[in-house]
Amino acid sequence: MAATNPELEAECIRRILAGEKHLFHDLIRPCERGVYLMLLGILRNEAEAEDAAQDTAIKVFQNLHSFRGDSQFRTWVLSIARNEGLGRLRKQGSRREDSLEADTDEQTGDYTPAILTSWREVPSEALERKELGALLRTAIDELPPIYRNVVLLRDIEEMDVRETATAIGISEGAVKVRLHRARALLQKHLAPLLRGFAPERKGLFRWGK
Amino acid sequence: MRIDCKHVWQHISAYIDSEVDAELRADIDRHLETCEICSAVLDSTRNIVVLIADDRVFELPAGFSQRLHARLDKELQLAEP
Repeated sequence: MAATNPELEAECIRRILAGEKHLFHDLIRPCERGVYLMLLGILRNEAEAEDAAQDTAIKVFQNLHSFRGDSQFRTWVLSIARNEGLGRLRKQGSRREDSLEADTDEQTGDYTPAILTSWREVPSEALERKELGALLRTAIDELPPIYRNVVLLRDIEEMDVRETATAIGISEGAVKVRLHRARALLQKHLAPLLRGFAPERKGLFRWGK
Repeated sequence: MRIDCKHVWQHISAYIDSEVDAELRADIDRHLETCEICSAVLDSTRNIVVLIADDRVFELPAGFSQRLHARLDKELQLAEP
């Protein structure tokens, strides 16, 4: 896709600013999912995240002349999405915003994993069962806010540490620490629940549940 | 160096992302050979990371992209060339 290459991206932006506005559709398309996930992580509501994603895209268009190219375009777009999300939380007078900003990485917690003595792999095919996807989404939704956003960008949108750090406005070290804690919390919560999704071994546990 | 389970747990995320140095990786690998608990913790964590990355877990709402671009179309028409 044209807009994932920085040079083509810069060329595309130049042409949009020179009047070829329709090219903006192609420019923003590769960022859509990241924007939505960023906003879902902040707002925790699909309809509101979609509405905020539309407003974000319009703000990106209106402010395109101020993009300096010192970060990746997508990173810049994601920081606009983040501001949009935080602004909406502020308007709602929500306490969630405080928790999004105030939690510190020094916070201590119980990060002992779920202790298992064996693990049977849950294959990706198991996602054909809708309950599994729902279980995973709920687990991520229930993470503390500062961990939720890091997981959504790093593990779901598969952005690298540097881009995640820039988009959220934290250090690369903080991204790694938060991701580690998030994964530990997910393992603790999900590992016992996921066992039922592993294929049964033939001949064993035939009647078991 | 011999390391204990807690030490392994501290580095599980970095281990999965191949961000531990060679020496620590070797220590962890040696520990994993004999510790079935840490092996299961690692395998389950890695399994969860793979599952949540699957596109089917977080799908865009149906029609998301069409609605976004329809709204953009309106906005682009209003904007000064």
